[in-house]
Amino acid sequence: MAYSDKVVDHYNNPRNVGTLDKSSQEVGTGLVGAPECGDVMRLQIKVNPETQVIEEAKFKTFGCGSAIASSSLATEWIKGRTVEDALAIKNTDIVKELSLPPVKIHCSVLAEDAIRAAIGDWKKKNGVAEMAAVETAK
Amino acid sequence: MSTVTSQVEVPAGVQLPIYMDNHATSPLDPRVLEAMLPFFTQKFGNAASRNHSFGWEAEQAVETAREQIAKLIGATAKEIIFTSGATESNNLAIKGIAEMYRERGNHIITQVTEHKAVLDTCKRLEKHGYRVTYLPVKADGLIDLEDLKRAMDDKTILVTIMAANNEIGVLQPIREIGKICHEKGVLFHTDAVQAVGKVPVNVIDDNIDVLSLSGHKIYGPKGVGALYVRRRNPRVQIAAQIDGGGHERGMRSGTLNVPGIVGLGKACEIAMNEMENEAAYLRGLRDRLKAKFETELDYVHVNGSWEHRLPGNLNMSFVYVEGESLLMGINDVAVSSGSACTSATLEPSYVLKALGLGDDVAHSSIRFGLGRFNTQAEVDYVAAKVIDIVKKLRELSPLYEMVKEGIDLTKIEWAAH
Repeated sequence: MAYSDKVVDHYNNPRNVGTLDKSSQEVGTGLVGAPECGDVMRLQIKVNPETQVIEEAKFKTFGCGSAIASSSLATEWIKGRTVEDALAIKNTDIVKELSLPPVKIHCSVLAEDAIRAAIGDWKKKNGVAEMAAVETAK
Repeated sequence: MSTVTSQVEVPAGVQLPIYMDNHATSPLDPRVLEAMLPFFTQKFGNAASRNHSFGWEAEQAVETAREQIAKLIGATAKEIIFTSGATESNNLAIKGIAEMYRERGNHIITQVTEHKAVLDTCKRLEKHGYRVTYLPVKADGLIDLEDLKRAMDDKTILVTIMAANNEIGVLQPIREIGKICHEKGVLFHTDAVQAVGKVPVNVIDDNIDVLSLSGHKIYGPKGVGALYVRRRNPRVQIAAQIDGGGHERGMRSGTLNVPGIVGLGKACEIAMNEMENEAAYLRGLRDRLKAKFETELDYVHVNGSWEHRLPGNLNMSFVYVEGESLLMGINDVAVSSGSACTSATLEPSYVLKALGLGDDVAHSSIRFGLGRFNTQAEVDYVAAKVIDIVKKLRELSPLYEMVKEGIDLTKIEWAAH
């Protein structure tokens, strides 16, 4: 399979690889996918409690090059955005940016899920209503 | 910033990309090419032309090839039928026997890790009133002979079990299988595409009635293969699947691919002379590759029996690293993966699943297929490169991190998607 230059770039130089302290109040962790399916993404965010801006984002991914690139791109995009803003990112945006072929669309879906899961975890920890998130997502 | 790009140095004398996928196909041996060349141009005759020297010349070359092939597998020249390759040979053997012996019975036995050319042929026969038993394999990839005996009944006409598996290189106990078949009066066909020319195969000693082989797996040309069909004890009959001029004792019509056949014959002759040394050489390279992985990396394991295996095969899982991402990192090395992401179906390898491996382990598998033209320097480069990329990808792997922290991954409720 031929990969787009952007996928290759993210694979060769993944952005924001790492781990944040998941016990921290300011950190939200999303773990999505399953080993049997061949991809697992863990995306973590550190949110400023005052401004709700995502100050740090880290990921680790077990998966193909497109899965690695999708999660790498996701961390790049959500960094500096507010939580609500980050929820506006759609998997189709990722597909477009990375020129993913149809068989790799599930990688982008997983990346979107990872963003939502991390934010959901942060909201739960900080008592922010889930409904608000759902409303904004629509 | 972490980076996955590898900085492994290329040793002197190593040309990139490196081909290490010899179970898929193998390069043509220059000696084979040399033998073939005249038959494209000066010696272009049709082997079926009986009344001029062009035809006789071609026929003579075909008969020489028949003998070369027969000799390699302990058969006689008359028992060799030429085909377009092993897929056709398998189709002809299984469908041809099923049709010819229909009155005797309708039951066929095969096993789950066969090549699709056998499995899909059997599935088609099921639609036409045949019963097929797909034997399971044990964790080492071998069938249980007791399972085979139990599966046989008075309607069983054919057992078809491969000699060597194309993914994990595991060698089935064909001699014992053949013996059981002959005791029960059941025909035994083996898809020996990966085994012929690599390990000793002898149709008499191994009790084989019908055998498929192919040119391009043994440094011969693509598009040519053969079927061995036993003529004595018992005389096997096969219903033709292609109608036409009645070539090949009526079993396979169609003008013979003379240059291809000459190439296949020459490839068999070379294999006959060099197999023993070559097997020792390949075993050495393979063991070296494996030892390097096992020394440098944790969580690696060999898929399938190590003892009963082709000399040039190493199928290894680099657990917690997904196969396609590994291939992407070693893009100057041609190998293949059992990962779903590398298949059109998005399903991980059915062969690895049949061993009882979890899908996650199948997703992490790489098949190294060593061949005649691989060198030790290439093995060293490939090992260094794979080790480097696996380490880098494990830094990226949440699973590896979790396991290192002592988390049991099987206890996590994963959300399947």
